[in-house]
Amino acid sequence: METVSELFRTLNTTYGFDLSIFYDSYDADLFTRGMYFTALLSAASVFGSLFLGVIGAYLQFNGGVVARKFVSAYIQVFRNTPPLIQLYFFFFSLGPSLTSATGMSEPILSNVAWAIVSLTLYAGAFNIEVFRSGVEAVPAATIEAADSLGLSKRQTFLQIILPLAFRISLPGLNNNLVNLIKTTTNAYAIAVPELLYGASQVWSDKLNALEMMIVLLIVYTAVIGLFTWMMGCIERNLAVPGWGRA
Amino acid sequence: MQSSKRSEDSQATATDRPIVEVQGVEKSFGSNRVLKGVSLTVNKGEAVALIGPSGSGKSTLLRCINGLIKVDKGTVYASGHAVHALVRDSERIALRKDVSMVFQQYNLFPHLTVLQNVMLAPIQVLRQDRAEVEHRAITLLGKVRLQGKESAYPGELSGGQQQRVAIARALAMRPSVMLFDEVTSALDPETVKEVLTTIRELVEEGMTSILVTHEMRFAREVAHHIFFTDRGLIVEHGDPDAFFDDPKDERTREFLGHML
Amino acid sequence: MNNQANWRCKVLMRFGLAIVIVLALSEAHATSQESWIDEIAPLWKWMPLLLKGFLVDVGISIAAMLIGTAFGAIIGVGQTLFKGIIRIFCLGLTQFFRNAPWLVLLFFCILLIPHQITVFDWVIPFPPWMKGIIGLALPVMGNVSEVVRGGLISIPSAQWEAADALALNKWQTLRIVILPQALKRMLPPWMNVYAVLIMATPLVSIVGVEDSVTVARSVLSAEGNTALLMPVYGLLLILFYAYCAPIARLARFLEVRYAVK
Repeated sequence: METVSELFRTLNTTYGFDLSIFYDSYDADLFTRGMYFTALLSAASVFGSLFLGVIGAYLQFNGGVVARKFVSAYIQVFRNTPPLIQLYFFFFSLGPSLTSATGMSEPILSNVAWAIVSLTLYAGAFNIEVFRSGVEAVPAATIEAADSLGLSKRQTFLQIILPLAFRISLPGLNNNLVNLIKTTTNAYAIAVPELLYGASQVWSDKLNALEMMIVLLIVYTAVIGLFTWMMGCIERNLAVPGWGRA
Repeated sequence: MQSSKRSEDSQATATDRPIVEVQGVEKSFGSNRVLKGVSLTVNKGEAVALIGPSGSGKSTLLRCINGLIKVDKGTVYASGHAVHALVRDSERIALRKDVSMVFQQYNLFPHLTVLQNVMLAPIQVLRQDRAEVEHRAITLLGKVRLQGKESAYPGELSGGQQQRVAIARALAMRPSVMLFDEVTSALDPETVKEVLTTIRELVEEGMTSILVTHEMRFAREVAHHIFFTDRGLIVEHGDPDAFFDDPKDERTREFLGHML
Repeated sequence: MNNQANWRCKVLMRFGLAIVIVLALSEAHATSQESWIDEIAPLWKWMPLLLKGFLVDVGISIAAMLIGTAFGAIIGVGQTLFKGIIRIFCLGLTQFFRNAPWLVLLFFCILLIPHQITVFDWVIPFPPWMKGIIGLALPVMGNVSEVVRGGLISIPSAQWEAADALALNKWQTLRIVILPQALKRMLPPWMNVYAVLIMATPLVSIVGVEDSVTVARSVLSAEGNTALLMPVYGLLLILFYAYCAPIARLARFLEVRYAVK
């Protein structure tokens, strides 16, 4: 490890290519913290939005008129408005409102928490759409068979429709979730110490913006590549012989 | 639910009421009148064949009998259930336990193995013990001559094999009536035979069956009674020999002339 | 015609509802003794400025879309119809710009493109909004490249073979046979790229461009009244919704219309 940091220090002094995160422990900490928060935001909102996606798809399939209209309105609002403004709305407007309404002195949710809420709601809307088209792609004949065996609507949804719809939705889902990981950078705007924020702290101190940018781009490419590979593994794992893309 | 059904059952044997009774059923889809007043009866242990040209309403009638389609007018009684008056989910499920259906497109669940397909409904709907259901499922698969295929997925089987799994799946519910909706129409000729053999065995064992089919020779051999539908009405019916040798109605004669 | 009137009614109702909700929320939040109408009255005088800011967003998005589409089309053709080094290069560019976060690319452009370039005797200034346009055009380029690739490969190879049999060369085939068919299929996803773009455009406010969000935040700090928070952000949301929802709807309509059987 010593030699690695020495290598980068020399790289800086000789060539002016300053990758301070590899030899300066303070900068390295900033960067590592950034990775942690990006991972946290990504994981939390991925799972949150998947959960919302399933619930929303179920309500659209089996819910009453009110539920379906509500889900529809939710999708319309969150798909057709900028995620940055959604984030500002939650953090600067809704947050303080709720805090004063409940009479607390401390904000009820931190900026990290609001970022997760905002990102989850944003991606959830897209996931509901993807799951909905997956549900619609399950042949009516299969549902008819489940019905004629006496399965209730809820049993049919959980045991027959959802497993099939999920497999059908995987490519679209992959797109949505990759988009979500990229959108976590928006949290920079409310000072969440994720990767971009950490990198900006480094470059405003060391003035090595170009190098940090390159590192950022490489890291994000690697993270998204890793994620896409994971989704590919899941897709292969779930693949049923003789069905789907033959 | 259970007790009322048993008393109705004993009533049935006491008065020898048919197990399936359809009276004056009418059904339209939008402006399209598919069934225009159909009546038929099936006695316990009988096998009945519904034949007729496409679009005459045979499949619709079958779906009216197990409640997949709600009738506009008329009454349908199947195995003691008033199908036309089904309202609650629980009533629907009670009917489905007694009346099972096998489809033209087999409609197996592609993400479950053959064994899981057969076991699903008895466990989820009938809430029966898993080990017992598994034993019964394996026996049924043996009966349809698919022993050894329990862990295969539907996508790995031929059409005829899938259809036999579908039959086993329907039988797992231990129904009193089996409905077969053109179950051999989507199969190639070699595999048709194996499915028909399975159905014949079921009928010989005394399973009340209603078959919608284009297999005239099979219908003649296996059915106790034939109904001919045309344009939403039952035009003629009779026992097989009389029906096929000496059809009374002009339309029946024309249809049989086409088919045979 | 009845359907049209019906739909217009629904849209108007939705907007009415949105405005009512925003006003109600701001009323709930009004703290002082004054009636809430007096509180949000100052908003009215800032309206022109806010709307101008919104137009800046729209303008930037259109410019970025045009530039990104032009380059994206070239790269898309490059990764589909060429082989070897050109294909790999275009493929790499596409994947790179599709997978990079939009905000990171914006920062990249803002920080690393100089204030001005001197070419011979001309000084070309690069104000922030121009850097913003370039920063947004990059991911658009990556996405349009994919759209173009998708459109081109959806044309069955039989079409290419038929054209070949008629002795058309590669470029004639592309121009006369393939493109007319492919363009139709590319239109809905291309419109979707624009929808994603317009919703990413407010990000330019973070890197120093004066757009609707910057204006909104200046207004809010100038007035210093927390009762205005909801209406201002609510107004922005409504503006963007009014602009984006019809585009998304049109894209969906065209997708169904041009669906491949």
